[in-house]
Amino acid sequence: MKQRIDKKTVRHVARLSRISLSGKEVALYQKQLADILDYINQLNKADTTGTPPTSHPLESLKNVFREDRVRKSLPAEKALQNAPERKDDFFSVPKIIE
Amino acid sequence: MKQISIPDTTKASLDRIAAVNKKLNAIIYLDREKVLKEAEGTRRNVGGIATRGIPIAIKDNICVKDEPTTCASRILKGFKPPYDATVIRKLKNAGFITVGKANMDEFAFGSSCETSCYGPTRNPWNLEMIPGGSSGGSAAAVAAGEVSMALGSDTGGSVRQPAALCGIVGMKPTYGRVSRYGLIAFASSLDQIGPLTANVTDCAALLNVISGHDEMDSTSADLPVPDFTKSLVKNAKKLKIGVPKEYFPEGGIDKEVEKAISKSKDVLKSSGAEIVDISLPNTEYALSCYYIIAPAEASSNLARFDGDQYGLREDAKGTIEMHTKTRTAGFGDEAKRRILLGTYSLSSGYYKAYYLKAMKVRTLIKNDFLQAFKVCDVILTATSPTAAFKIGEKINDPLSMYLSDIFTIPANLAGIPGISVPCGFTKSGLPVGMQFLAKPFDEETLIRTAYTFEQNTDFHKKKPNL
Amino acid sequence: MKNFEVVIGLEVHVHLLTQSKAFCGCSTKFGLPPNSATCPVCLGLPGVLPVLNEKAFLYAVKTALALNCQIQDVIKFDRKNYYYPDLPKNFQISQYEMPLAHNGYVDIEHSGREKKIRINRVHLEEDAGKLMHDEKRGLSYLDLNRTGIPLLEIVSEPDLRSAEETSTYLQNIKSILLYLKVSDCNMEEGSLRCDANISVRPKGENALGVKAELKNMNSFKAVRDALSYEGRRQIDLRKKGEKIAQETRLWDEAKAMTAPMRTKEETHDYRYFPEPDLAPFTIERVEIEKIKSALPELPQVKKKRFISKYKVSEYDANALTRDRAVSDFFEETIRIVDKPKEIVNWLLGDVAAILNERKIPIEKAPFKPAHLASILRLIQSEEITGKIAKEVLQGVFDTGSQPEAIVDKKGLKQIKDAGELSGIIEGVLTENKKSVEDYKKGKKNAITFMVGQVMKKTKGKANPQKVNEILRKKLGSQI
Repeated sequence: MKQRIDKKTVRHVARLSRISLSGKEVALYQKQLADILDYINQLNKADTTGTPPTSHPLESLKNVFREDRVRKSLPAEKALQNAPERKDDFFSVPKIIE
Repeated sequence: MKQISIPDTTKASLDRIAAVNKKLNAIIYLDREKVLKEAEGTRRNVGGIATRGIPIAIKDNICVKDEPTTCASRILKGFKPPYDATVIRKLKNAGFITVGKANMDEFAFGSSCETSCYGPTRNPWNLEMIPGGSSGGSAAAVAAGEVSMALGSDTGGSVRQPAALCGIVGMKPTYGRVSRYGLIAFASSLDQIGPLTANVTDCAALLNVISGHDEMDSTSADLPVPDFTKSLVKNAKKLKIGVPKEYFPEGGIDKEVEKAISKSKDVLKSSGAEIVDISLPNTEYALSCYYIIAPAEASSNLARFDGDQYGLREDAKGTIEMHTKTRTAGFGDEAKRRILLGTYSLSSGYYKAYYLKAMKVRTLIKNDFLQAFKVCDVILTATSPTAAFKIGEKINDPLSMYLSDIFTIPANLAGIPGISVPCGFTKSGLPVGMQFLAKPFDEETLIRTAYTFEQNTDFHKKKPNL
Repeated sequence: MKNFEVVIGLEVHVHLLTQSKAFCGCSTKFGLPPNSATCPVCLGLPGVLPVLNEKAFLYAVKTALALNCQIQDVIKFDRKNYYYPDLPKNFQISQYEMPLAHNGYVDIEHSGREKKIRINRVHLEEDAGKLMHDEKRGLSYLDLNRTGIPLLEIVSEPDLRSAEETSTYLQNIKSILLYLKVSDCNMEEGSLRCDANISVRPKGENALGVKAELKNMNSFKAVRDALSYEGRRQIDLRKKGEKIAQETRLWDEAKAMTAPMRTKEETHDYRYFPEPDLAPFTIERVEIEKIKSALPELPQVKKKRFISKYKVSEYDANALTRDRAVSDFFEETIRIVDKPKEIVNWLLGDVAAILNERKIPIEKAPFKPAHLASILRLIQSEEITGKIAKEVLQGVFDTGSQPEAIVDKKGLKQIKDAGELSGIIEGVLTENKKSVEDYKKGKKNAITFMVGQVMKKTKGKANPQKVNEILRKKLGSQI
C-alpha cells in the first residue's frame, strides 16, 4: 500500500467517525495520517506467509461462559443518572433524521 | 518504626497534595472531606490487613462509583459511573483509601500527559518536563509523595514509561492477570491495569490485591494468584537475563540512557545473574503493528461517546448532527487523530492490508518472545529511549511522540508482563528507567529481578526536590 | 412479453428464550417498565465487558443443528460498527468471519411440491434497544430493556420464489424453533422478525436482478402481502423497461404498499473486526453429536410419519405438526384410544376453535388427551350423541372435570330406550299433524323436521338412529 491518503478519504473516514473537520483540519490530518501510514507501511516487509493472525494475546483462553441466571439490574433511576436529557424513565435524544 | 494512624496518613497525603499539586497538576479530582471521612471509617474497622489505610490515586480512566470518571476528556464531562471497577472493589475491600483521580493523556492516547483536557501534568524532577504518559498523573503523584501508590493502565507502555520518567516502579502485569472490568477501554486486546509505586515491595503488595480471575471479564485468566511478596528475594543467582540487540539501535537510544543500562547490567551480574545476548528479530515491526491495532480497537471503543446517554451533549436538531457536534467538541486532537486512523484501517478496502496484516505480524512478535524465553528467564531493555523531554516538544509531531513507546509496546502485543525500575539519572538530574520482561504469568521472576536490582542500588531512595 | 420470476432470500431474527441477556444478567422479560432491566453492561457504559450466556450459545447450536447446518470448528464474535441511538455502544456484538454455523437447509412443501431452501449461515448476536418517536417535539425516547437479548439470525439463500413460499418457509422455521423450545416466536412482541431481499429476473436467467431490502413486516400476513406487492411492483417496472433501485424499502401496512426508506446518502461500512473482549469458542464433535441425537423429532419428519402411520391427510398432518404441543396431544390421545381420524377432526375442529376463542395454547388448556379419549369413548358406546359431545367439551374447558362426570351431572346421557322414545315420538306426531300429512303425501323430508322436533324435546339426547327407526315404523303403521 504505497498510496497516500487523500483529502476525500479523510473526509469519508471523519464522516464514518461522526467527527466534522474544517478545511484546515482536513489538510492537517491528511498530512499527519499520511506520515504515520508511510511509517506503518514498513509492515509490508514482514513475511507473514502461513502465519495465523493473533486477535487475542491469551491463546489458551476459550469457551468463557456465564450461567443463564438473572442478576439484579440497576434501578432505572441509577441507569438514567447520567442522562443529558430524559423523559420520564426514557433517555431522550434528538429525532433521527435519515 | 513509629505507628502512624490511618487518618494521619491520609491527612499527610492530603496536605502534600495541597502543597504541591498546583505545580504538578497530577491529581485532577479530589473530595477532601469524603476522603477524610473514609479514613476515619477505616480506622474504626479494625483488621489485620497490611494494606489497610494506604492512600492510593486512581487513573481517571478507572471507574469509581458515583465519582467523576472522565478519561481527562471533555466528552465525559460530569460522568459518574453507577458502578465500581473490579480493581476498585478489591482496593476498597482491602482497606485502601482512594485519594482522587489522577491526570492522564486523554483516553490514554499519549506518552506525555499533555493531551488532558485539564492541562498537562509536570514532572516532579523538573517542572519544565513531561512526566511521561499516559499514566503521567499517577506517576507524578507517587514520585512527589502525594500518595504512596497509584493505579495506572498500560496499553503500549502507559504505566512503565511514566514510571521510568518519574523515577518510580511501574508494572504492566500479564494480559489477563488483572480484571479490566471498569477500565474505560482504549485498546481491549492490549490494555492492562498496573501498579505505580515508590519501590518494588509496594508493587508486589499492590499486585497481590488487584490480581485474579473476574467473572465479569471474559479475558481474565482463571489461574491461581501467587503471593508476590514471597518473590521479594535479594538473589539473582541462576537468573539468565537476555539482552536483545534490537533494543539498542544505533542512534535510536539516548547515550546517557544507554550508559545507565550498561552499568545496571554490571550490578545484576555481580549479584549472580548471567547476561546473555538474544535477538527479537521482528521488533522493528512492533510500532507499526501497534499503531494499526490500537487505534482500530480505540475507534470502536470510543464510538459510544455520542451524547445519547451520558457525558457531553451538544444541541442539535437531529441525532447524526448531535452525535457529530458532540464528538467534534468533546474529543481533543490526538483522540481524533487515533479515531480517524483506526477507522481508516478497519474500513472496507483497507482491512486486509492493515488490520489483518497487523494481526499476523503480532503473531511473529509474540513468537519472538516465546523463542527468547527458551534461552533466558528475563529480558532487559531500557524502558524508554530517552529521559523526560520538554513540555510541548513533541506535541505537534505525533510520529516522534509515538516513538517514545518503542521499547514498551512489544510486551503489550505479546501480552507478557513488564516492569520498569529506576536505574540512574541523567546529568541534568532526570530519572532513567530499566525494563524487565518475563514469560506470561511469571510476574514472580520480574519482582525477584527488580527487587534484587533495587536492593543493590540507591536510585529509588532519591526524591525530587519540590 | 417475457415472463419474470421473483427471487427472495429471507433473514430471520429470533429471540432465544433465555432467562438473562446474552452478555449480562439482566432479565429478558417482555413488557417491563422502561430501562428497568438494564445494567452497566447492556447500557454499554464506559469500562464494561461482555461475558457470553452459555444457554444462549447452546440454544443457538441446537437450532443450527435442527436446520441441518454445519457447526464451525472455531466460533468467534465480531464487532459490527454503526451509529444508531438504539445501539448504546454504537457497535453490535455479532458474528461475521467465523459464525456459529453454515450450509444448512429447511424442507418446505408448497403446492404439493417438496423443495429444499438452503440456509447460508446461522449466527448469534445481541438485540438493540427500542426507540419511540415523538414527532411533535422532534425527539425520540429510548428504552434499553431489549438491548442485549440474545438474537439468532438465520440467513437463507435466495431460493424462495414467491410470497406464499416464503411464508411457508417462515412457518417451518417457526415450527422448528417451537419444537426445540428455544424461542416463543411471538411476532407481536418482536421475538420473531424478518427482513427480505427481493429481486426479479426473466425466467430462465441465472443472474440475480437488483434487489431491494424489505423491512417492517410484522406478521405472516404482512410478509405475504409485502412480498407479493413488491414482486409485482418490480415486475411492472421491468416490463415497462425501467430500472430497479438498490434500496431499503419499508412495508406500510395501512397503505398496503412498500416505500423506500428515507435515508441520508451514507455508504454502509460496518468495519467488522474480531471482538477483543470475547475469547473464541469451540465445541467438540462428540458434544455436537450428543446434542444432535437429543434433538426432538422435527415437524417435517413427524408430518411424514403421521401420514404413513395414522393415514391422516397431508393437509391435516401439516396442521397437526405445526405446533409440537398439538402433535403431542394427538399422539397421546391415540395411545389411549386408537381413533386417529376422529381425534384429528376434534383437534383441528372444535378443540382448535375453543382454543382460538379463549386465546390459550393447547398445553395450557384444562382439556387433556384423556378428556378427548373419554369423549370419543362415550360417543362410541352411544352414551352421548355427537351434538352433546360438543357440550361436554365446553364443560371440560370450563370446569376441568371428567367428561363422564359432566354427562352424569347434567343428565346428558343419550336416550336409547325404545319405550321412552316412543312416548316422546307419539307426542311429536300428535303435535305435528301437518307434517305427518305431508309425509304421507310423499314429502319424505318431512321426517327430518320431525326428528328435529324429537331432538328439541330431548335437548339433543335422543339417539338419532333410534328416533329415525321408530318414526318410520310409526309413520308406516299409520298409513
